[in-house]
Amino acid sequence: MNKIWLIIEREYLTRVKKKSFLLITLLGPLVLALGGAAAIWLTMKEDVTHKVLVIDDKAPAFNNLQDTKNVKFNYANNMDLQQSKEMFYESDYTCILWIPDNIESGGITKLFYKKQPSANVIRGIEDQVEGVVEELKLEQYKIDKADFRAVKTNFTLNAIKYSETGDEEKLDKGKTYIGFAFGLLIYMFIFLYGVQVMRGVIEEKSNRIIEVIITSVRPFHLMLGKIIGVGLVSLTQFALWIILTLGVFSIAQATILDSFSAEKISAQSQVTPEIAKDLETQGKIDKTGLMDPNNIISRTNWTVMIALFMFYFLGGYFLYGALFAAVGSAVDNETDTQQFMMPITSPLVIAYIFSATSVVQNPEGPIAFWLSIFPLTSPIAMLVRVALGVGEGGIPIWEVALSIFLLILGSIVAVWFAAKIYRVGILMHGKKPSYKELWKWLKYSN
Amino acid sequence: MNSEHILSIQGVTKRYAKHTAIENISIDIPKNKIFGLLGPNGAGKTSLIRIINQITAPDEGQILFNGSPLTLSHESKIGYLPEERGLYKKMKVGEQALYLARLKGLSKSKAMELLKFWFEKFEITTWWDKKIEELSKGMQQKVQFIVTVLHEPELLILDEPFSGFDPINAALIRNEILRLKENGTTIVLSTHNMSSVEEICDDIALIYKSKKILDGSVKQVKEDRKQNIYNVSYLGDKMKFSQALWIDAELIESEVDGKLQTAKVKLLNNKTPNDLLKALIPHVEIHALHEEVPSMNDVFIQRVNEINKEMEVIS
Repeated sequence: MNKIWLIIEREYLTRVKKKSFLLITLLGPLVLALGGAAAIWLTMKEDVTHKVLVIDDKAPAFNNLQDTKNVKFNYANNMDLQQSKEMFYESDYTCILWIPDNIESGGITKLFYKKQPSANVIRGIEDQVEGVVEELKLEQYKIDKADFRAVKTNFTLNAIKYSETGDEEKLDKGKTYIGFAFGLLIYMFIFLYGVQVMRGVIEEKSNRIIEVIITSVRPFHLMLGKIIGVGLVSLTQFALWIILTLGVFSIAQATILDSFSAEKISAQSQVTPEIAKDLETQGKIDKTGLMDPNNIISRTNWTVMIALFMFYFLGGYFLYGALFAAVGSAVDNETDTQQFMMPITSPLVIAYIFSATSVVQNPEGPIAFWLSIFPLTSPIAMLVRVALGVGEGGIPIWEVALSIFLLILGSIVAVWFAAKIYRVGILMHGKKPSYKELWKWLKYSN
Repeated sequence: MNSEHILSIQGVTKRYAKHTAIENISIDIPKNKIFGLLGPNGAGKTSLIRIINQITAPDEGQILFNGSPLTLSHESKIGYLPEERGLYKKMKVGEQALYLARLKGLSKSKAMELLKFWFEKFEITTWWDKKIEELSKGMQQKVQFIVTVLHEPELLILDEPFSGFDPINAALIRNEILRLKENGTTIVLSTHNMSSVEEICDDIALIYKSKKILDGSVKQVKEDRKQNIYNVSYLGDKMKFSQALWIDAELIESEVDGKLQTAKVKLLNNKTPNDLLKALIPHVEIHALHEEVPSMNDVFIQRVNEINKEMEVIS
């Protein structure tokens, strides 16, 4: 046992001390956080002010559009579209908004631009034009404005799971996306670190140091030590990423985002105060609904989620790590691994693809069920499902228990299987073995 | 524990799917001797060494270490230098040596102490923080040798220990092996190069086609293979020399070395060198007479030929 610790220590320290580990650990979250912050900053900092020339064929109906921080409207009622287009590039207007005279009966409104305005700017203009068209129609149909506001409905359907015991809980897909994010992490880490285990085995084999080491330790201990050591590296990297991402993000938030006060942000968004008020009065936004990401986060059971994430991550890593170790032991160099990698990575990729589609869409369907029970796919698929909660209102406890049991069993079988291949493989040099030969290795007694 | 043999290999057989690597081999390796495990490539030496190192287990037979069955607890008492040398290329020399020593069961402080001693002895203290890949092949071999002997094993198994060393370093290693023997270590040298072990081995076993075909002390083995051939150096007429020989003395070879003639004579029917001298002295002037002792290489080739003939007869 003492020797396993030595092996774990070496596997861990040699990897953690590598410059590439440090680089990826530092740059990963930095790039992620800074990229995220920069994207936010850029959208907010859309300083370009658009000077929009309005050609209103229905004048003066549209002569009262409201200026916002980066959209200024000018009206040229003595000009038609053709004339305005001719002088467009001599003027300092950035856009021409052309309102056709049949706008309320479906005529198409056009915005001509020199440089494409952001989606936000376009949406802002759309909202305003829509508001005016609505008012025109209200007049046309002789509908009272107040009546209209009262009638206008914003409808969403609340899907609620009604359990046997009479409890109600909303099955919301938003949660499954959180689960999928966790599953994706597992997928990435299994690939990243499974391959590292494989490389480590190939290194020892091709360096021929293996023969020296296995006179001191059992091959099984060496394999296990390597898998555990690399696993600890992955956990370290994971922990550092979380800490660093949070750190960098909060610093970025403090320095960049604070320079925009809340006031400025509301001025940025292209919603006029009137429309904002409308939004508030019409269909009350369901504060516990799907549209509010903060609420999904607060309603996710993080304790269960993180505990299961850790379990499925470790279980999945052990299962795949062992298989990757077996592949590494069977070949002499990395280029020979492809033939054996295929059957191992396929279930992982399948789990990923189906989790991203069927499982997220229908977390209680048969595909989701089977993928989350089968040990080779459950580390990814089950995480998507358990995001809905475990037990009442979520995934039945027995399903989770069965999945956990099978994953533990699967890992043990994989380690046993890998140990058999590994023990023979590490001493074999030369020709790449066939599957038939691997099968024979399994049956060698010692 | 009071066995005179450090290792007693008893009827060991190892079979793989398609072939038998070792067939019913029994060898006793006496304590505090240098033992040559000889045989051509592919004879089964490495398979046997792997069994001794408990990398694989025999299908039949057993091995005793100091009189008791070999177990994993003996791992720390055995040092092994494989034929294919290898170290972690990216790891630093000192770090790596320390790791391998600790895997053999040494404490960190003890390992450090011993490493310091050996690094000074081999004058390589400056390599401590270098990566293995920065060293030349010969330098790597030195590090590997140190790692092999560091834990002061009772039994040292060296597979082709001199390959890869230049003559100067080979001599250094040879002296080290002899010094280890003086200090009480038993050394097993595995090689296909017969002449390289002739001078330093006390005992040998010859492995050929998975079987042991010969064993014993180097002296005895050679003694047993003597063919009663004598080399005679003389001054005189070649014709007279051959005429002096009689029916039980057969001239095999004759050559001239300056003035001196040399002849190889095989004596038959229990004739002694005295008989030969009596016959020759009246005719030529004898300068030297010595019995021809076969080299290990001769012994090996002879024995292999015998075995091959036996096999032909059987098939």
